[in-house]
Amino acid sequence: MGVTDKQQPVLQMSGIHKHFPGVKALTNVSFRLFPGEVHALMGENGAGKSTLIKVLTGVYSIDQGTVELEQKAIRIGSPMDAQQAGISTVYQEVNLCPNLSVAENIYIGREPRRFGRIVWNEMNRNAEQLLKRRMNLEIDVTLPLHHYSVAVQQLIAIARAISISAKVLILDEPTSSLDRGEVLQLFAVMSRLKSEGLAILFVTHFLDQVYEISDRITILRSGELIGEYRASELPRIDLVSKMIGKELHLLEELPKEAKSANEGKEPFLQATALGKKGSIEPVDMAIMKGEIVGLAGLLGSGRTELARLIFAADKADSGEVLIEGAKGGVHSPRQAIDNAIAFCSENRKLEGIIDDLTVRENIILALQASKGWFQTISKKRQIEIADEYIKALNINPPNPEHLIKNLSGGNQQKVLLARWLLTRPKLLILDEPTRGIDIGAKAEIQKLVLSLAREGMSVLFISSELEEVLRVSDRIVVLRDRHKVQEMQGEELSQSNVMKAIAGG
Amino acid sequence: MFNRKFIPIVVTLGLFILMFAVGSFRYTGFFSLQVFNNLLIDNAFLLIVAVGMTFVIVSGGIDLSVGSVIALTTMVSASLLEQGWPPYAVIPVVLLMGAGFGWGMGAIIYYFKIQPFIVTLAGMFLARGLCYVISINTIIIDDAFYTKVAQTKISLPGGNFISISVIIAIVVVAAGFYIAHYTRFGRNTYALGGSEQSALLMGLPVKSTKIKVYMFSGLCSSLAGVVFTFYMLSGYGLHAMGLELDAIAAVVIGGTLLTGGVGYIVGTFFGVMIQGVIQTIISFEGTLSSWWTKIVIGVLLFVFIILQKLLSERKWTLRS
Repeated sequence: MGVTDKQQPVLQMSGIHKHFPGVKALTNVSFRLFPGEVHALMGENGAGKSTLIKVLTGVYSIDQGTVELEQKAIRIGSPMDAQQAGISTVYQEVNLCPNLSVAENIYIGREPRRFGRIVWNEMNRNAEQLLKRRMNLEIDVTLPLHHYSVAVQQLIAIARAISISAKVLILDEPTSSLDRGEVLQLFAVMSRLKSEGLAILFVTHFLDQVYEISDRITILRSGELIGEYRASELPRIDLVSKMIGKELHLLEELPKEAKSANEGKEPFLQATALGKKGSIEPVDMAIMKGEIVGLAGLLGSGRTELARLIFAADKADSGEVLIEGAKGGVHSPRQAIDNAIAFCSENRKLEGIIDDLTVRENIILALQASKGWFQTISKKRQIEIADEYIKALNINPPNPEHLIKNLSGGNQQKVLLARWLLTRPKLLILDEPTRGIDIGAKAEIQKLVLSLAREGMSVLFISSELEEVLRVSDRIVVLRDRHKVQEMQGEELSQSNVMKAIAGG
Repeated sequence: MFNRKFIPIVVTLGLFILMFAVGSFRYTGFFSLQVFNNLLIDNAFLLIVAVGMTFVIVSGGIDLSVGSVIALTTMVSASLLEQGWPPYAVIPVVLLMGAGFGWGMGAIIYYFKIQPFIVTLAGMFLARGLCYVISINTIIIDDAFYTKVAQTKISLPGGNFISISVIIAIVVVAAGFYIAHYTRFGRNTYALGGSEQSALLMGLPVKSTKIKVYMFSGLCSSLAGVVFTFYMLSGYGLHAMGLELDAIAAVVIGGTLLTGGVGYIVGTFFGVMIQGVIQTIISFEGTLSSWWTKIVIGVLLFVFIILQKLLSERKWTLRS
């Protein structure tokens, strides 16, 4: 392993605090990185991983704390500062210029020049050698970057990073759009760089990959440091429980009262081998009428991807979907809506609410769209509808003419729910419906989901919060690393079972 | 190995040769070096403006003010000469004015994060309006230096000739080519057009590049204004009306992507030449209205934009 505590860390962050208005993004976080190690930074959504990385790369400044590089305190004010100090980052979406040649992408800003004139031959030769020697990559460096796959672009980005004499290399979710072969190629490069003494900070959601390549693991949760561990000494189940914040022995609880049995219920939707390359492996699943199916798994396990395939927001490249036993399936969101499927997106800011419209207008939107724009709904009728849902969902303030952007997150979510409920869906897909809203509103939304199911609506419920999924679901489908790993119901439903399934091997 | 990225440029070159050939077969006296030289003489100012415009469009922006800056340059030149300023003072002053005007627009675009379209549209109205503050009438230039430059014919072997403006335009095209391909400023401009976000994260000087691009375009516009003054020997607020659109058309026909990141100075050169050759053909035809130039250019633009779309469809899948 090569890392001993006697060695000096190349990077040491101590007592880092970072606040955003209303949010403590990082509280007293310390982190150290040794030369010649791959160090995984783990944590669920909102744990503070990306804030920590943005601090390191100079995108955010810190409120308090110190950053030392090779025992010298440094201040990182911009991405340029970070690069000059020797901290380079390769992001998930490759941040290079697709229109420039491979060689230019590696050397732009540092091109070899003679009397101010860029010497292209030298640059191309250098790039070729660099890629061959350090990345084991033999490609035509004069072609534009977009000729190559994301995996190769990733390696080119790493080549650029290390050729700026990086001491610390940050890889932020580098594997999320790579296939298995490409991941192995990347890992080979990482191992080689590690043996050359580079310190690599690796962020990923894939547990298998963490154990495959990392020497040590640092876990963050809710902006706080949970601990630093050797990968070989941290069992998977402990890793997951530390990320989620529950010790396993606390989870052995009483068996829950059996949820309404599914026998005799007809399926509303059946998916067979539904999958998309690079997004989620083929999955079989069914949702009965009046049933709530929970999708559990870590961030990046393929939850949202699966939901989007069912709604046909993304095109599946294998499998088919049967609605109420009828073939033909769903090939576009339009068809999904025609089949009475509603999708409440996880990203309510981007794909849901329309800031500058009123609560009433936001509620009426989907219904109006399904009627076509020429059959207008009278203003009086609109207000009636809005009032009805404001009352039913307890939307606050109870004023249909309020601009939605002035509502709290929880109330915005309720407005979105109202919008889709109004279209009388038979299947409601809820992707993280309670993210970022307060506990009271969460409970209300959960209650509402349960009562909708009792009235016969099917629900696909996605949430990062295990407790919540367990509370509402009749059946839970567990995903890990883009596979469906288990399906459980009835008495099997317990936090510890689901957690074991999430952690896997 | 033949690179796909050169297809638009080859198409442009091929089209120019084709049109010149058609003209040569159809009209006697068309196929001569002098007809080609006249293309250069009549379009020297457009060439200069189009070089600046190429940089702006490659960087992902647009500059609508160029025509107005030309008019303002002719106006300021004529008025200063009228007041007895010597030409060697007038020319640097108007060049500085153009560069400063571009710098100002670039700074507004960068610091306030406003779309270049709006900022340069405002610049266009501003510069055009300022012309009329100076005078609402044409100001004739009778300065000896200007008339001398305007009338000088540089003889070429075989009895052909070009003007001084052509020399200036060719120098600008060559300089543009060099800057685009062999300087950091040029390459940063391409990077900026490819992805501003990436350019920033790669540690490139996004701010100075962006501002310099508009400054360069402003400088080119005022230089084109000087050349235009030689050509017209007058200053007038209505000069070079709509020229910005001709320049944009030339750049696009030359294979530069309006979305930025891809473009060639050589392509722009032939883009201007194609517009010139269409005009020449129409004047040889004799009976056709000169508005046919616009019709042909309109059709060409459609064809080229669709061609680019088809060629780039597969390229930009990187950022879905």
